[in-house]
Amino acid sequence: MIVTVLYYLITAAVAALLVANIVKSRKWQDEVLYVIVLIPFLLRLLRLK
Amino acid sequence: MTPTLRKTVIGVLGLGLLVFSGLSFRRSRSLKEPVVIGPGVTRVVRLGDYFEGVRGSTNDAHIYVLEGSEPGGTILVLGGTHPEEPAGRLAAWIMAEQAVVRAGRVFVVLSANRSAATATRLGGAYPPGFAIQTPWGEQAFRTGDRWSNPLDQWPDPEVYIHYPSRQELAYVDIRNLNRTWPGRPDGTLTERTCHAFIELIRREKVDILIDLHEAELQYPVISAIVAHQKGQDLAAMASMMISAEDGFAMGVEYSPLALHGLSHREVGDHTDAISLLLEAPEPFLDATRGRTDADLLLTGRDPFVVRAGRHGLLFEKIDEKGWPIDVRVGRHTSAILRILEVWSGDAPDRAVVIEGLPGYDEVIAKGVGAYLRDPSAADPKSVYFE
Repeated sequence: MIVTVLYYLITAAVAALLVANIVKSRKWQDEVLYVIVLIPFLLRLLRLK
Repeated sequence: MTPTLRKTVIGVLGLGLLVFSGLSFRRSRSLKEPVVIGPGVTRVVRLGDYFEGVRGSTNDAHIYVLEGSEPGGTILVLGGTHPEEPAGRLAAWIMAEQAVVRAGRVFVVLSANRSAATATRLGGAYPPGFAIQTPWGEQAFRTGDRWSNPLDQWPDPEVYIHYPSRQELAYVDIRNLNRTWPGRPDGTLTERTCHAFIELIRREKVDILIDLHEAELQYPVISAIVAHQKGQDLAAMASMMISAEDGFAMGVEYSPLALHGLSHREVGDHTDAISLLLEAPEPFLDATRGRTDADLLLTGRDPFVVRAGRHGLLFEKIDEKGWPIDVRVGRHTSAILRILEVWSGDAPDRAVVIEGLPGYDEVIAKGVGAYLRDPSAADPKSVYFE
């Protein structure tokens, strides 16, 4: 259970880093890539898959 | 376009994708699959009644109990150990909705690993569900997966060490209900689920466990009864009767002594029950398959798998007709009937006599849907949801 909670915290941290990268990015290709990568992390945090 | 506007547009598009996929996953996970219990079901209990460790969890499965008026033995039929092998679930479904037990008792489980029924394989492009045509309309089912949903059990270890053998297995199989037998009370959800079934088998003095599966045609253990050594004679005799009387061939495979975690090995080793596992052919599972959709799941027709067969890569025959779901379900129901026939002849004091369960020819002639009851026309008290 503790490990599961830690993994959710790691997932949230990675999602936050991806959002930060979207904000900092200057190329639209990178922004699209970050958004696509972000989706499964958000779905896991929302407990959808 | 300013960077802020561009980021906003891309973010909104991503949000749209998130909502679209999220709704699809949520709809699939929360789909209610109706079961209209038949006249043979005398009571419905939960797996949690046998072990508190799964009570209220995703895997607190319904157990449909069919009791005969005459005393006899007890069998446990598991469908949905691997929900992506739908013939097993549908055969169990038909048992719960149609069978009547004259002697002995039958415990039927339609979703042995309910958690695995709520997800599809990551990267597998599985359809979220499929529908069976019935005389009263369509009945929808989830496709499911081989492994428990990561939402219910996560993360996986680097190496899965099976309990109690300490054999090293693939990491992902810690979520595979057919790699975690006999389970343990303080383990993962999947291990606790196996432990609960072991408790059921011991407490109800189950004579035979029949675990219903399907297999890819590239897998050597296919179209067979996999038998623990305690059930080898029973399986061999049933196999011969099936081949002689039912119009299809079903072999016998002996459960390997050193391969752990599987029901046909551990249930026989850790309980008094005979453990048997039935395999039917399912081209949907083959690695060489083409488009992975509900049509392939139900028809078993795939030109790429046929081509693999022409190259001698398969352990079961296949042609353009494929392996329709009616054929696969019929193989399971006929095999169950033959196993019980042999068992009841060999052990009359522990006989289990079933009526109303259609065999191979009947399922093929009428289709699986003919044996599914209409929940909208049934007494609400007799409708359960998987």
